[in-house]
Amino acid sequence: MPTKIEKDSVSGRDTTGHEWDGIKELDTPLPKWWIYTFYSSIAVAFVLFLLYPSIPYGPGYWHGLLGYSPRKAVDAEVAKLQAERKVSMDKIATLSFDQIKADPALLEVALTKGKITFEENCQACHGAGGSGHPGFPALAAGSWLWGGKLTDIQRTVTHGIRSGDPAAHTSAMPPFGELGLLKPEQIQQVADFVWSKFYGHVTEGQDVSAGAALFAQNCAPCHGADGQGNRLVGAPRLNSRIHLYGDAREIIVSQVTKPRMGVMPNWNARLDPATIKCVTLYVHSLGGGE
Amino acid sequence: MSRISKTDSRLREHQDAVAHDLYANRVKVYPKTVRGPMRRIKWAVLIACLAVYYVLPWVRWYRGPNQPGQAVLLDISTERFYFFNLELWPQDIWLLAGLLILGAVLLFLVTSLVGRVWCGYTCPQTVWTDLFMWIEKEIEGDRNERMARDAAPLTADTIWKKTLKHGIWLAIAFWTGGAWIMYYTDAPTVAVDFWTGSAATPVYFFTGLFTLTTYLLAGWAREQVCTYMCPWPRFQSAMLDDQSFTVTYQAWRGEPRARGKRVEGGPQRGDCVDCGMCVAACPTGIDIRDGIQLECINCGLCMDACDHVMARTGQAKGLITWDTLARQAAKKAGKKEPIRILRPRTMIYLTAMTAAVIVMSTALMMRSTLGLSVQRDRAPLFVMLADGSLRNGYTVKISNKTQTNAPYDLSITGLPGAKMVVAEGDPKPQTVLRVLGSSDGVETLRVLVTARPAELSNGAQPVDFILRDTATGAQTVYHSTFMGPAGYAGGR
Repeated sequence: MPTKIEKDSVSGRDTTGHEWDGIKELDTPLPKWWIYTFYSSIAVAFVLFLLYPSIPYGPGYWHGLLGYSPRKAVDAEVAKLQAERKVSMDKIATLSFDQIKADPALLEVALTKGKITFEENCQACHGAGGSGHPGFPALAAGSWLWGGKLTDIQRTVTHGIRSGDPAAHTSAMPPFGELGLLKPEQIQQVADFVWSKFYGHVTEGQDVSAGAALFAQNCAPCHGADGQGNRLVGAPRLNSRIHLYGDAREIIVSQVTKPRMGVMPNWNARLDPATIKCVTLYVHSLGGGE
Repeated sequence: MSRISKTDSRLREHQDAVAHDLYANRVKVYPKTVRGPMRRIKWAVLIACLAVYYVLPWVRWYRGPNQPGQAVLLDISTERFYFFNLELWPQDIWLLAGLLILGAVLLFLVTSLVGRVWCGYTCPQTVWTDLFMWIEKEIEGDRNERMARDAAPLTADTIWKKTLKHGIWLAIAFWTGGAWIMYYTDAPTVAVDFWTGSAATPVYFFTGLFTLTTYLLAGWAREQVCTYMCPWPRFQSAMLDDQSFTVTYQAWRGEPRARGKRVEGGPQRGDCVDCGMCVAACPTGIDIRDGIQLECINCGLCMDACDHVMARTGQAKGLITWDTLARQAAKKAGKKEPIRILRPRTMIYLTAMTAAVIVMSTALMMRSTLGLSVQRDRAPLFVMLADGSLRNGYTVKISNKTQTNAPYDLSITGLPGAKMVVAEGDPKPQTVLRVLGSSDGVETLRVLVTARPAELSNGAQPVDFILRDTATGAQTVYHSTFMGPAGYAGGR
């Protein structure tokens, strides 16, 4: 506690009366400019309290004389951006793919919008840049199940595959093993044939004629006599270096026994037609487009 | 006489304050007008510098239709720097670094030869301060009149003259800020837009900013900028040696200083009559007789002031003169010392400068007007196609730094049988892509390269993209890689 306030002989100022081991503290006032700045800051704070939303009370709060609301400001910004984008998106909605591609600036907008949409919605299954995952086609490679033209892609994205949408692509491969249509040893023979003939893993001296006969009878109607696939029913191409579920013989066996068949959502439930057009153009541009 | 002794007492007060307190209030400097050769050189340099600064943005230069017609223009919106018939892109920014290095070495060289002449003659702070001081003198009168005016109570005349002075200062500051903006945008356009209120916000902001800084720095801060804000005086001594020419008071000749007549047989007196004119003329308010010091900007105005007095008192001119420490020591000892311009220090600076000039000018002349940059896709790294061949995607940027459209051929080497297509372009695979590079622009293409290399032992192999200007034959190469699965052997 302050005990004895005395005058300092050197500076001519009072001491605070505090003393520690003979060291006394001078009562030096704060600089004037500092004090004035401090007081005016307080004054400004009161003005800001009046102008802007500040004091909460019971059911509401003081809205401020300026009526400013950060939420409204964000809404206005968003609305402004959407209005700016609407010009291009309206054009994309009405123009055909060829017309969009003829306008480089509009195509750039569409591809950018498509890229963002793809990253948000499609990338989780189809991989970054459409690189694909087992069971999810590599879009960049062009191994299309249902067609790779712009209109094909647009339809697939819009209605989906086995999605329940009335216009969805739907087909089913019979579970040959599960239904007993093929006996386990016959399935092994078919797998031998497909593995060597279409997948290209030839074993010297192996006779696959039994498998070939079974393939022609059971599989060729959908997958084609040369394993070229059939896009009308979404039957994958077999004579390829890339395969939907992976390059392994046991996968052929498991698919013939009890096939897995992928489902893709119908995006018309979540994306507007113009956005679907954009994502179609982007998917087409990845390299697999036809 | 009384006023001069007042100066001395003010100076002494100032020095006392510095000695006894951590903080000293600024002693306002009232430089006296002088006439003489140094002052004439200073005027000539000032006029030349200001003329270049104010007039350069208005110089027109025809570059072709739809091209900026301004000789010197730093166009930020299109990222171009135009300097007469030279056009630089952001990629050429290293030339600016080279120019700055060159400027620094040149400054070192000049300082080691003749001291801080940059500070005394050409520094913008000095130029504008000098201009503002001249206006102050024309309106308020010379040193003594200004000191008397500031010491006296306010009169209507003082208020009017001060208002006029600050008005003219602000007008010049505004002109300065406006001229600055004109280096960044078309001068005649912005000169009109500024007054019709249709110029961009940054134009008003930076005009205001530079108006304010010019007014404050040249009108109010003056020598404090040099003494307290500028780093250069702090390390100038690293460039100076005893062979450097600086503004020097020849103490061996001037001391002991004393007033009054030099009488035969009287007390021994030096040439310095201790009139204080050198102190009165100094724009930074120092006494050159104390020797070379931090505040001295080497302007030489004290030389002009002193020469006048020497002429009046019938003594030889040049009591304050350009000289070196070594020569001063020699003169004091009655010896002769040659001027040594070429010495290790200056030779090093000269060599560095010559090297920088050669490198810069070679680089500027060899600068390619054709730019190619290739960025490989990272996701996916590669795509295997149904037939087993591989495809890699690349984002190719082609910059055409000329003023004419140019037909380019893009090809790829190191990858036999490679075919290219442009995404969403012509779907037919090509071995050579024909690209039209529009003038002064950058083309961005996504190029898909399909190939079936015999083997990719590491999963990658180097390839070169080659861009050739079919009109001029100039070409540029970009090294990249082509990737596939490790152990790839032709897709089978």
